[in-house]
Amino acid sequence: MLTFEEAGITQGDFTLGADFSLQQGRKYAVIGPSGAGKSTLLGAMSGFIPLSAGRLLWKGRDITDAPPGARPMTMLFQDHNLFPHLSVTQNVGLGIRPDLRLDVADRARVRDALARVDLASHAAARPGNLSGGQQSRAALARVLVQARPMVLLDEPFAALGPALRREMLDLVQALVEETGAALVMVTHAPEDVRRIADEVIFVEGGQAAPPRPAAALMDNPPPELKAYLG
Amino acid sequence: MARRVVAISPKTGIGAALLVLALILAALGAVLSRAEPGLGLGRSDWLAIRFTVLQAVCSSFLSVLLAVPVARALARRQFVGRAALVTLLGAPFILPVIVAVLGLLTVFGRSGWVNVALGGVGLPQVSVYGFHGVVLAHVFFNLPLATRLLLQGWQAIPSERFRLVAQLRLGPRAMFRAVEWPMLVQVVPGALALVFVICLTSFAVALTLGGGPRATTIELAIYQAFRFDFDLGRAALLSLVQLALAGGMALVALRFVPAVSIGGGLDRPLQRWDARGGVQRIGDGLAILLAAAFLMLPLGAVTLRGAMGLPQMPATVYQAAGISIGVALASIVVMLALALPMAGWIAGRARGGVEAVGLLGLSASPLMIGTGWFILINPHADPTGFALAVTVLVNAMMALPFALRVLVPPMRDILQVYGRLSATLGLSGWPLWRLVILPRLRAQIGFAAGLCGALSMGDLGVIALFADPDRVTLPLQMYRLMGAYRMEAAAGAALVLLALSLGIFWICDKGGRWRADV
Repeated sequence: MLTFEEAGITQGDFTLGADFSLQQGRKYAVIGPSGAGKSTLLGAMSGFIPLSAGRLLWKGRDITDAPPGARPMTMLFQDHNLFPHLSVTQNVGLGIRPDLRLDVADRARVRDALARVDLASHAAARPGNLSGGQQSRAALARVLVQARPMVLLDEPFAALGPALRREMLDLVQALVEETGAALVMVTHAPEDVRRIADEVIFVEGGQAAPPRPAAALMDNPPPELKAYLG
Repeated sequence: MARRVVAISPKTGIGAALLVLALILAALGAVLSRAEPGLGLGRSDWLAIRFTVLQAVCSSFLSVLLAVPVARALARRQFVGRAALVTLLGAPFILPVIVAVLGLLTVFGRSGWVNVALGGVGLPQVSVYGFHGVVLAHVFFNLPLATRLLLQGWQAIPSERFRLVAQLRLGPRAMFRAVEWPMLVQVVPGALALVFVICLTSFAVALTLGGGPRATTIELAIYQAFRFDFDLGRAALLSLVQLALAGGMALVALRFVPAVSIGGGLDRPLQRWDARGGVQRIGDGLAILLAAAFLMLPLGAVTLRGAMGLPQMPATVYQAAGISIGVALASIVVMLALALPMAGWIAGRARGGVEAVGLLGLSASPLMIGTGWFILINPHADPTGFALAVTVLVNAMMALPFALRVLVPPMRDILQVYGRLSATLGLSGWPLWRLVILPRLRAQIGFAAGLCGALSMGDLGVIALFADPDRVTLPLQMYRLMGAYRMEAAAGAALVLLALSLGIFWICDKGGRWRADV
């Protein structure tokens, strides 16, 4: 369970407040207008943006000042999720050991993860030789071996076409259900919200609202969300 | 927008910077302990200071003034071999000074091509020794540098500006006033300052072409006080003068000196609509032709003469070549061990830092450091035993500012692009270097290593100060052959040295880019 305890994020003139908890095994969509602070919220969760007030707790433990690598979560960014000079296998292996000293069992895990995302035949390829969808799947294979309790997606599939994006989201959904991880994803698309989110965090006006059940919220949006959805 | 992801620990980098500082300061301290200020500067010392400043002023003005028409011609003309010529302009940077000097002697020397030609038509001879020679050699080395700097300036002019000029139908003069003059006002002071500082600390040119009371630079005076009079007090005092002069000038120059892009990017001519007239075409052609001839003739001369001299080379040349290769390789290792952590530290900081280190490299004279370390080692051991080690260290430190200029910007990019990913994966320390930074920085590391290797291979500085008679580097061996008037053998050695310098640069640079991934 991840808890923002009266947290505040300040970047120049921009401020964002958050005060809520996220539950294990749930899937959250973060929506809101451009520039409202969706990515900032994920950055604060993953440790790239410091909190200016309040605390961040993981199962009651204070992780406000923990470095990104030491947090119980993994994150996919909009781009640069793979090292272009390393093979797909190496990129996935980094998720197990950052120094890439993998033993036999580790290598088997990498192979299994690649098979799970249908990339077994591209294990030795460099990311530059893969299609956009294959690159996304390679990154997801790494998320799989990292096996962190939380997966954060900052629109990693934004550059893919609609069909491919749906395919990736289905894969993500299947993966987090297998591992029991919580999913937090930034999205612009209401259909994505309906497709996989259990709950919605609406970010607007300097505040990240506590999560609300997705279906009910989308069927009957409050005025400011209605204005955003159009 | 995000917090700076400090993936690289600054400790090693700060440690490396402090080590460099300590090495220089230790030498300075040793020099200070021996300097006898009461002694004062003698007449010959004042002459040396005067000559140093005078030749630097002349060399820098000539280099930059001559570079203006050449750079302008290169900026607005397209011709076969233009890219090759622009590349060639970078060559003097890695050219061993002594090789170039021999080339200049072959062309402009007492029985050189020019004098033979002049004699043939009954004209008086020109002398390549003394003031003229020193300035000539400095122009040979710095005209290409100045040309590249000015060419950068020309290419930084937005092409819209030239489009506007074409539309307004400005004539050559109006166009010069409106577009080129403002650029030159910005770029020329920096080029002047840079060339001036380089000429101020030049040693090998003065050693070979200067000499005597009327053509001795401070750097050469240090060498003479040390080597011939073994007057450590005077050498120390002169070292301080040199440090104050070069350091002070470097401090002043720093305000003007532009970022030197040693890499490519200059082979792209702008599309231009002006300067289509016949006179301008001929002028540009002449400028390019003369500059190319001035650069290529001495190099061609050395190659030609060297090829004939190869059979006359004594076996000591091969031995010296082996030692030089060892020194160059060791310098590369030391330089990278210092430069990489420092680059990581500087790239992790917000801005700045490179300049200070560059300043250190510009102002700390190799001979001062050599003298200092001689004084430090002398009471405890025979300094000649450490001559090669000190040479390696000094060479690595001299290449450091250039290496940092090459390494820091891409390092910054790597941290920007892959810092977050590395941080989420928990990559840090050696795995971060091994898996991310070194592979992604390979091309720049190769280039920096090539620069350092070539500079070190051709260096004739500290080693001339206190060499073990049996273990000398190739440039020193070549200098000794020239001193013994065995010019053909020296030319052979020059060819070997030229091949080694260019070769080590080429191998490192190519090796860095070999099968590199984008």
